[in-house]
Amino acid sequence: MSARTVLHEADIARALTRISHEILESNRGPDDLVLLGIPTRGVPLAQRIGALIAQFAGTTVPVGALDVTMYRDDLHRNPTRTPHPTEIPAGGIDGKVVVLVDDVLFSGRSIRAALDALQDIGRPAAVRLATLVDRGHRELPIRPDFVGKNLPSARDERVNVRLAEIDDLDEVTIES
Amino acid sequence: MRHLLDTRTLSRADAMRILDVAEDMADTQRREVKKLPTLRGKTVVNLFFEDSTRTRISFEAAAKRLSADVINFAAKGSSVSKGESLQDTAQTLQAMGADAVVIRHGASGAPRTLATSGWITAGVVNAGDGTHEHPTQALLDAFTMRKRLYGDDSRGRDLDGFRVAIVGDILHSRVARSNVWLLHTLGADVTLVAPPTLIPQDVSGWPVTIRYDLDEAIAAEPDALMMLRIQLERMNAAYFPTEREYSRRWGLDPARLAALPDGSIVLHPGPMNRGLEISADAADSPRSTVLEQVTNGVSVRMATLYLLLAGEREPQQTTATEEAR
Repeated sequence: MSARTVLHEADIARALTRISHEILESNRGPDDLVLLGIPTRGVPLAQRIGALIAQFAGTTVPVGALDVTMYRDDLHRNPTRTPHPTEIPAGGIDGKVVVLVDDVLFSGRSIRAALDALQDIGRPAAVRLATLVDRGHRELPIRPDFVGKNLPSARDERVNVRLAEIDDLDEVTIES
Repeated sequence: MRHLLDTRTLSRADAMRILDVAEDMADTQRREVKKLPTLRGKTVVNLFFEDSTRTRISFEAAAKRLSADVINFAAKGSSVSKGESLQDTAQTLQAMGADAVVIRHGASGAPRTLATSGWITAGVVNAGDGTHEHPTQALLDAFTMRKRLYGDDSRGRDLDGFRVAIVGDILHSRVARSNVWLLHTLGADVTLVAPPTLIPQDVSGWPVTIRYDLDEAIAAEPDALMMLRIQLERMNAAYFPTEREYSRRWGLDPARLAALPDGSIVLHPGPMNRGLEISADAADSPRSTVLEQVTNGVSVRMATLYLLLAGEREPQQTTATEEAR
């Protein structure tokens, strides 16, 4: 087992800054944006992106959390998962541009589950996907719109995202 | 978790997990689309040997909101009335592919027999057995108390220091027994209030205070008052002189309702005998949580079914390890 750090604190900050600018650019401003983080680490990432967008655009955008546990297709293959709270901002998601925020994009199955979960909550005008790390190995036709870092990896390697809000430090490591 | 048989052996961690998952379930029940796909393809059998409407439809609603298939098996009019044994009934359900069996039975211990007999591999949920336990009722009561106390900030909180008075027919009440153990596990102080004839003979091993006077119990400023139903069908052996006298001494009338401290709540597991153990004023007052209990019951039962059925099945435990837990 060897772990190497692929993103340091400053790299993560730069990636999130770039993603925030890209979201504003593709949406032509902050109107109708709703950021939803996918627990666990997508939630603080969504909050950071929300704060950066507020700083760049001069207006706050709603940030929430979308738990996908109940929609996963692998529940019966694993020990029982404990769900996390879902928090949909007060304005809802109907007619909004929802940006899903996740830490690592891998098989795409979490995002499939997230799309199903969104459908039960409302009908957004569009759904986009932002991820800090895209490590490849997609099993479904899903692709991200905003990527912090493309990280080619072997299927059996582990990519760990650690964030200060949860893990007391910011870093992305890859273990093989 | 493989089964939910009682609250006496339910660990604090498991109890908190059920309550916290129930919070997530409650959130989904506020949405326009209340149904979740989580238990698609699973089969839940409601096996009811005793009459019950609210518990059965609550379990049925919970299973359906999670997309499980529900089979209702009521003993009346079934093969049981032709003399079929519990073992044969259980093995029939097993052969039909039941993933969970929700059982209500008149005999205390029937759910444990079902869970540990080896007749079935399904998860077993006790929905009330004799005068033993009714764990999901206690869990929904605890959930309701926690929700009134902490609101949206309930996750991860227990009921440390919360004072609960359970009033009425303790002797026959499985709801009271399940509540005593669960509330104690969650850190609450429990007082039982009843006529001496309706207190079990030996409660020395129970973590409770006993009182015989409701006015004294109210003067002690409980945070929650749980009024139990007087089970008229079990009152054949004169436990109190008349219903009128019971109502006057142990019923929650408007004067006692007014004497309750600010912020305290009134629970009732239903169905209520209005005018007997609880007055209409109390049942319909803002302190009453009766309807919240019904709503929360669905969330708590969804959480229970989720925790029993969604994950990888734990290997079947033998009777010995089941007891050891």
